[in-house]
Amino acid sequence: MRQPLLALLAKEPAHGYELKLALEQIFGQAYPSPNIGQIYVTLKRLEQDGLVRSQDVEQTTRPNKRVYELTPAGRDALSAWVDEPTDGPRIRDEFFIKLVLAPMAGLADRMALMNSQRRHYLSLMRRLTELQAETDPADTPARLLIEGAVLHLQADLDWLERCQEELV
Amino acid sequence: MSRSAPKGLPWPPERSAESSALLRTSKLVKVYRADGVTVEAVRGVDIEIAIGEFVAIMGPSGSGKSTLLHVLGGLEPATSGEIWLRGQRVDGLSTAGWAILRRRHVGFVFQFFNLLSNMTVADNVELPALLAGATPRQARRRREELLAELGIADKAGAAPARLSGGEQQRVALARALANEPSLLLADEPTGNLDSSNTRDVLRLLRRAHASGQAILMVTHDARVASLADRVINLFDGMVADDAKVVPLPRGVNGVRDVLELRG
Repeated sequence: MRQPLLALLAKEPAHGYELKLALEQIFGQAYPSPNIGQIYVTLKRLEQDGLVRSQDVEQTTRPNKRVYELTPAGRDALSAWVDEPTDGPRIRDEFFIKLVLAPMAGLADRMALMNSQRRHYLSLMRRLTELQAETDPADTPARLLIEGAVLHLQADLDWLERCQEELV
Repeated sequence: MSRSAPKGLPWPPERSAESSALLRTSKLVKVYRADGVTVEAVRGVDIEIAIGEFVAIMGPSGSGKSTLLHVLGGLEPATSGEIWLRGQRVDGLSTAGWAILRRRHVGFVFQFFNLLSNMTVADNVELPALLAGATPRQARRRREELLAELGIADKAGAAPARLSGGEQQRVALARALANEPSLLLADEPTGNLDSSNTRDVLRLLRRAHASGQAILMVTHDARVASLADRVINLFDGMVADDAKVVPLPRGVNGVRDVLELRG
């Protein structure tokens, strides 16, 4: 949550609710709906860390609102985040540990484990293809994220096949 | 077309006693022998496909998927075991017997389309109907229907080589569906297509499925397999898993339940 808020504030100062709306608008359905309380807590921490500063702006008919802006230190932190390479998603190491250890402990056989994992992946894939069909084609971020999830899931299944070839 | 049974067809046809399945195999085995080397590609497969069912076959390469499909479609003879199609035992059929059976009841789609390059798109699609005994007029009408449905009516006079991969696969599908087979066998039908063409071919397969045709499809593509009613996993020439694809409960948050974006 920290970096997206810094990135939005780098564009222009804003108050908490505007940031929530901006996230929803930019990422569409794909973003885990930002909780307003979480946004305020994050902004407060960013302020304590010296990455943003805020001031109250008076409003005539409503209570004052607190508008946040980026500090130079915030801009540096944001650049550093943008410039550093991002880790790819990790493979399903928890499943792999089960796969290796469970048969040793006499708890399950590998073929059965792989079969149930494959069934689970295929159910997930079915859900993703449904989502793909339901998603507004104009919602590009959601579309691209679903496609990314599909490709990752395909890779998980291909890898499961490799495990099957080597371990069974 | 002769009304007498083709060579190799048991007559009267042997009827399967207990099963109403469209396709059923029992202890099906396919062994290749060449230069003293023996490869057991299919090692005792028992499967059943119901009328109108959509079944995907997955499995590592070399697990016998394509071989199984070819044996089920009579493109290669089984070494042993039984194949029952529409209640009739067919594993003993001659090449001619299989050809007649395929014309009437089984459509085939391959990864590399396998269209006849020296014929037009229209001729490719009309041929199966003509071979099955349709009049030229009936064959033409069916072809026009299919090409229109597949959005390639304007390509009827073209040579297959002039078409894109996606268009060629649609022609291959039209040809496979020309005689409204009760069983469509498909070997990696989207293996050579980009994602938008894959979507189109899938849409057509789903339509064929919805109209009551059974589909048995070998695929690596999990998107394609996840649409099937059932997925069979083949491993070392044997069925390792055979299970329905169970949809996840539909959450209220849509995309957010499946995707987790961290920032």
